[in-house]
Amino acid sequence: MASRRRKPAGKAQISLVVNGEPTEVAFSPHKTLLEVLREDLGLTGTKHGCELGECGTCTVLLDGQPVLSCLALALACDGKRVETVEGMARGAVLHPLQETFADLGAAQCGYCTPGFLLVAKALLEENPSPTRDQIKQALAGNLCRCTGYLKIYEAVELAAARMQGEEAEAKEETLYGRR
Amino acid sequence: MGGAEGGSADRRSGGLVHRSADPANRRTAEPALRVVGTAQRKVDAVAKVTGQTLFADDLFLPRMLYGKLLRSTQPHARILCIDTSKAAALEGVKAIVTGQDLPIPFGILPVSQDEHALCPERVRYIGDPVAAVAAVSEETATQAVELIEVEYEPLTSITSVQQAVATPEPRIHDYGPHGNLHKLINLEFGDVERALAESDYVREDLLFYEGSTHLPMEQHAAVADWSADGKLTLWSATQTPHYVHRALTKVLELPASRIRVIACPNGGGFGGKSDVFNHEIAVAKLAMETGRPVKITLTRDEVFYCHRGRHPTLMWVRTGVTKDGAIKGMHFRSLLDGGGYGSYGVASAYYTGALQTVTYNVERYKFQGARVFTNKAPCGPKRGHGTPQPRYALEIHLDKIAEDLGKDPAELRLKHLVSPDSITANYLRVGSVGLETCIRKVTEGAGWKEKYGKLPYGRGVGLACSSYISGAGLPIYWNAMPQSGVQLKLDRGGGVTVFCGSTEIGQGSDSILAYIVSEVLGVGVEDVHVVTGDTHLTPVDLGSYSSRVTLMTGNAALQAAERAREILARNVAAKLEVPMARLAFADGRVFDTEGPHNGMSFAAAVQLSEAAEGTVGTVGSYTPPDSPGRYRGAGVGPSPAYSYTAAIAEVAVDAASGIVVVPKIWIAHDVGQCINPVAVMGQVEGSVYMGLGEALMEEMAYRPNRNVIQKMPSMLEYKSPTTLEMCDVVTYLIEDPDPNGPFGAKEVGQGPLLPVAPAIANAVYDAVGVRIDEVPITPEKVLKALKKKEKGEEPRYGPHSFPEIPWPEPIRVPPPWEGGDGRAVPAGGAAGGEGGAETGHPAISPAPTAPSVPSPSSPERQH
Ligand code: FES
Ligand code: FES
Repeated sequence: MASRRRKPAGKAQISLVVNGEPTEVAFSPHKTLLEVLREDLGLTGTKHGCELGECGTCTVLLDGQPVLSCLALALACDGKRVETVEGMARGAVLHPLQETFADLGAAQCGYCTPGFLLVAKALLEENPSPTRDQIKQALAGNLCRCTGYLKIYEAVELAAARMQGEEAEAKEETLYGRR
Repeated sequence: MGGAEGGSADRRSGGLVHRSADPANRRTAEPALRVVGTAQRKVDAVAKVTGQTLFADDLFLPRMLYGKLLRSTQPHARILCIDTSKAAALEGVKAIVTGQDLPIPFGILPVSQDEHALCPERVRYIGDPVAAVAAVSEETATQAVELIEVEYEPLTSITSVQQAVATPEPRIHDYGPHGNLHKLINLEFGDVERALAESDYVREDLLFYEGSTHLPMEQHAAVADWSADGKLTLWSATQTPHYVHRALTKVLELPASRIRVIACPNGGGFGGKSDVFNHEIAVAKLAMETGRPVKITLTRDEVFYCHRGRHPTLMWVRTGVTKDGAIKGMHFRSLLDGGGYGSYGVASAYYTGALQTVTYNVERYKFQGARVFTNKAPCGPKRGHGTPQPRYALEIHLDKIAEDLGKDPAELRLKHLVSPDSITANYLRVGSVGLETCIRKVTEGAGWKEKYGKLPYGRGVGLACSSYISGAGLPIYWNAMPQSGVQLKLDRGGGVTVFCGSTEIGQGSDSILAYIVSEVLGVGVEDVHVVTGDTHLTPVDLGSYSSRVTLMTGNAALQAAERAREILARNVAAKLEVPMARLAFADGRVFDTEGPHNGMSFAAAVQLSEAAEGTVGTVGSYTPPDSPGRYRGAGVGPSPAYSYTAAIAEVAVDAASGIVVVPKIWIAHDVGQCINPVAVMGQVEGSVYMGLGEALMEEMAYRPNRNVIQKMPSMLEYKSPTTLEMCDVVTYLIEDPDPNGPFGAKEVGQGPLLPVAPAIANAVYDAVGVRIDEVPITPEKVLKALKKKEKGEEPRYGPHSFPEIPWPEPIRVPPPWEGGDGRAVPAGGAAGGEGGAETGHPAISPAPTAPSVPSPSSPERQH
């Protein structure tokens, strides 16, 4: 917390590594990480559905672990690494999860998508080939009202296979239904 | 451009649409199609997975203020006074407005203009807004709102439909037939009493479908900007920018030409963003007062208070059948709890009775529907709008009838399907009907024959079917203009821009436009750019509701694209000296089919045409065909095409705890033609998910005391399925093309929700032998029914009575096969049928029953 200091306007300042970039940000000290990301850093890719810790929509990775940014006080994040959806692609190259979410329609309205992508990314970093049940468990804190979750599972599985070096493609049944 | 009248069939490019003789679960699209029928990314998919999509709350304008609404803490009260002085004195507060500042009422339906942006004198549910503040920060605005003092004089609150029927005073609204009855419907197609008397078997059931809410992940938000030259811009999470545009014009008394409404991509809608909302008007007023941009984002509990969700509906149904199950007559009654305002409620009430005849043949049909006002959050349209409730009732009712007759429920249904290209007893024109294939697919897939009635105690399977509209035949307000318009701009570089007023809510409406234009013009989907949902830039499309978008914007886009192709073909044909009919548009080229090397790039074709004829652009539009029904009330139900669905649910019921688990659902949906199959899959799976939630857990419940406060205005307490409750789904996409759909396409966004809950209820019966005639099917209800079964009582949980309703005289319309022509016959003696609440052009003011001449030639116009 060494870098935190009071600013004249009653603002606090912290250092973060946001999507790989060292960042200093000043904000009203009561703000949540969600608010600081969206309002003070302009990273509106992180969404909110309740701001009460109930929906998972606001999930970001803090030092690699999924956290609900609506419940995290920004002040408590000083010195940490934050990863948001904006940081998932490498330049113009999408993360394999982003590719599969796009291809399988795992993002419908897309509002829950940043949260799901980041939880899935953290899962695959810890467990490169999760079973369907492990995926369900990992995603159980994130609500999606559009997809019924099925395309999300399939997108995670396909991305996992590709990240393992397989030349996997979406199943015909996933795209066209059962014969 | 015209194109306002029917005649959609001739707009289709030759040979693209034809009815397959054997429409069985076609695997691939017509070989001629390159884009349509192929699974692909949506045009906005990359923006959505990279966090670039800007939703309404993602907008931050320079000098922007934050707005907040003060909401009523009383369910029903008169406002005696509002003191804003303390709030006004708070530093950072820039404006405060109350009901006095926005005195003009509005409402989504012309017949229910019963809302105010801020209540001027009366509040009608907990959460009804009474004041709005704009301040420099959200915190300041919140603080200011808490400093506003409102003095209320509480009024008796109406907490239930039974109470609403029995308590005429105090009236929640001063319109409607009388007391707290908002709408009464009584329609009879043939002599149902006689049909019942002549039936071999008659059965009567009572069922209840609890209310539920949309719960879009995105909280509603709106940003308004007022410029000193008298122009207003509103960005909003709305499914219906055109209706918001109209309401702002009315309430703010500004010329429509100076109001611009931009629908941001919706973070989920499901019908929950298709009303005009108080905050959308209040935020505009605050922007006008302060001369600065203002944003209002609702908190999650406010989203619960706004609601407009599924109407809790009590239903009574009596059906007479022959020995083999043919429906001779059906008498159906519904009673809807409307909550505090009209919303879409008149249409919702009609929808609870409109589509009974579209799934199975019903020879004679009588529908009595009532919607009442109560002091709860207003109900409105939720996915399936008014039809999941009757579907629940009917599919369970039919299951019981099948059992009573000793028939297999699947066989019984298969025998009595509605015929393609027919007109129903209530004058709905049905086109393609893929339901038989749907039933065969799911019964084979699920192993119905091996499982039904044969699984061990505690496990069971249940079947249900449904149909749904692909867009309402009539617009919400009477007008003779198209329901959907598209403009195309062709660029010299070969790009094509599509402008359309439709609203992307996650269903893929932007993509549909790109796919269809790409298909017709032979350019890549990525060469087509889509601009939607902006009243300044795009021609009107009525909005993302009633499953209308693919069919209507698709047809409009098809027409615009074909006109563009015509222009290019004309010029290219002249240049290449080949007949126009020999030209093909594919792979970004225009060429002679008899010598493909003889051609040019699409860009060159545009340049050639532009040089010869000037700037190249076209328009297209779509108006649904006229409906044969000419009676009052015939406006709800007609659609250019109907989708069909069959579903089988497998359940495991734990008799000790009453817990119902659904491991798997098989569902087959007749979508006419997939435009993008993977997007269709997503709609089917999403519908199954939402139906599962309604079947097992979702419940818009209120504390049953005078305060009528919501039990669960949070995502934690309002239970919705997580990954742990969601079932496996086996989906079959059935393609029985409808001549009215673009490339034959019908709807998919809502229909597949309908059979899910009744299939589960029927499966619970198969598993443990108890009937749960009420959703949600909670463990408590299952246990109570099991207890009753043990005691030898009727093994059932559900409602026991239907209140006495003062039904008006029925409007009698003989069905087509009894010599009817779609018009009502004059009522015996009483000239005027129902009492003439609405004429063909619905009253704009909420005036009570204006005396009117019944006007059978102008059906009630409501979506
Ligand atoms: S917004 Fe953080 S959990 Fe819902
Ligand atoms: S895609 Fe809309 S909530 Fe998940």
